[in-house]
Amino acid sequence: MPLVLLGITAVSFAVVHLAPGDPAAVAVQMNPRITPEAVEKLRAYYGLDQPLWKQYLIWLDKLVHLDFGESFAPDHRPVWDKIAERLPITIGINLLAMLLIFVLGVPIGVAAAARPQGWLDRATTVLVFVGFAMPSFWLALLLMQWLGVHLKLLPISGLHALGAASMPAWERAVDLARHLVMPVLVAAVGGVAGISRFMRTGMLEALAADYTRTMRAFGAPEWRVRYVYALKNALLPIITILGLSVPGLIGGSVIVEQVFSIPGMGLLFYQAVLMRDYPVVMGITVIGAVLTLVGNLLADLAYAWADPRVRKGLAA
Amino acid sequence: MSFLRAHPLAAIGALIVALVVLVAILAPWLAPYDPNAIDAKAVLLPPSQAHPLGTDALGRDVLSRLIYGARVSLLVGFVATGVAVALGAPLGLAAGYFGGRVDAAIMRLADVMLSFPSLFLILAVIAFLEPSIWNVMIVIGLTSWMGVARLVRAEILSLKAREFVLAAEALGISTWRLMAVHLLPNAAGPLLVATVLGVAGAVLVESGLSFLGLGVQPPTPSWGNMLAEGKDYIAFAWWLTSFPGLAILITVLGLNLLGEGLRDWLDPKAKR
Repeated sequence: MPLVLLGITAVSFAVVHLAPGDPAAVAVQMNPRITPEAVEKLRAYYGLDQPLWKQYLIWLDKLVHLDFGESFAPDHRPVWDKIAERLPITIGINLLAMLLIFVLGVPIGVAAAARPQGWLDRATTVLVFVGFAMPSFWLALLLMQWLGVHLKLLPISGLHALGAASMPAWERAVDLARHLVMPVLVAAVGGVAGISRFMRTGMLEALAADYTRTMRAFGAPEWRVRYVYALKNALLPIITILGLSVPGLIGGSVIVEQVFSIPGMGLLFYQAVLMRDYPVVMGITVIGAVLTLVGNLLADLAYAWADPRVRKGLAA
Repeated sequence: MSFLRAHPLAAIGALIVALVVLVAILAPWLAPYDPNAIDAKAVLLPPSQAHPLGTDALGRDVLSRLIYGARVSLLVGFVATGVAVALGAPLGLAAGYFGGRVDAAIMRLADVMLSFPSLFLILAVIAFLEPSIWNVMIVIGLTSWMGVARLVRAEILSLKAREFVLAAEALGISTWRLMAVHLLPNAAGPLLVATVLGVAGAVLVESGLSFLGLGVQPPTPSWGNMLAEGKDYIAFAWWLTSFPGLAILITVLGLNLLGEGLRDWLDPKAKR
């Protein structure tokens, strides 16, 4: 894990620095009359005149202290401040999306496994394939078109309505919730398809397992066999898979936040990429990877907590 | 043929893929108009007999752009996946066969790459390299070889202990020959499945990048940038966003169905 962390920082650094076009070059583009001396000064100011390995070590040392440097944007604010104020929005939306994935995906999978090849199973199979193939930004546009523009049911951009600051607290909460419906739905679609598929397979495997036959032989009622014992066993791997879905969700927030103009980390990243704001791009790339690691770690811990075999050190 | 009869969903997938490939190849003959021909007198027309899928804000024919867009999507999908396989297969082969430190190094690298939200990595590289269709292909490939490497490694690990490999080794075959002639071909089935599913993924990523304006650049039509251009007219020109999205959905669906069908066919024991 520490090795992976170090690898993450090295890759993020390499990605940004091996590419041509540093901010000094951008400054030249913006103002062709800039003198060569001024360019050199600019490069020295940003530390771009140092050898690459030295730049990396300096950056790494600062990173450990949560110092991601200053943004190249005109505001020159510390990168960490910029990320920190937007991180809760992105994490919040993705947690809600994960909740939705779990709440929708698990019952769909269980229902599909109840009668394999039945009409419900076939219908959900089709839905799963469509969910996998659905471009999230297209779904976002369709929802905006129908629920937003056509039916005027939901707001199509941002997190707050105009003048939300002067609303009473509960009205503000309702307003926020209304703004979140479409983004969370869009973020969750692919995951719902995936989890329901895994859940279906897991249930079928659990129902075919020896312990299920034993339960039935002991005369346990069928509902108990299915919805207590088989369900519990099928739910275990879902924990791991939810953990593995973190990078996809975080990466997807670029698209979701861009489409719905939500001021989260994804939108900040997108804007930083367009402006070649190196420190912000590097900072968010590292944070994104760290969030992934944290997600996997939490999934491992949750798995160990939920599975008595792991808890007692009996499983390999 | 028996494959198609036993797997109707895969057959549908194969049909869709064949159709899209055909459309891409025959684009110049199928497209009713030049995809980039601007017509100031035919701006934002709804679907009609002259323009079956309508026209966009510059009066360009949506159907023609959609047809040429198939070329872009498939080209990016196949080349990017080609890059991923060209990287992932040898790495997985080396990791599985040599084991030890080689294995540890390659798999740690894969772990590192897998812990990045891939869209972040792709966007960062592309923005700094200038967005273009070639950069998109290479970068998608560079960030999606890990799955292939893991898969090939797992296959090799199980093959390594088989009798025919032991026999070949006992006969003093060279390492390269063993890997190229005996190991890799036996991993071809799962590799094929991963390739087909990989193309589906790459098509989705390309459309997303182009939608963000960081993929295929206008005026070259791609389904993603058509959606981005149509976004601004969403309130009154539904055809600009509906058809390109549908094209992506159907193409990716076809590739996924084909890939899953191939998997079932190659490994009938696997439960789904």
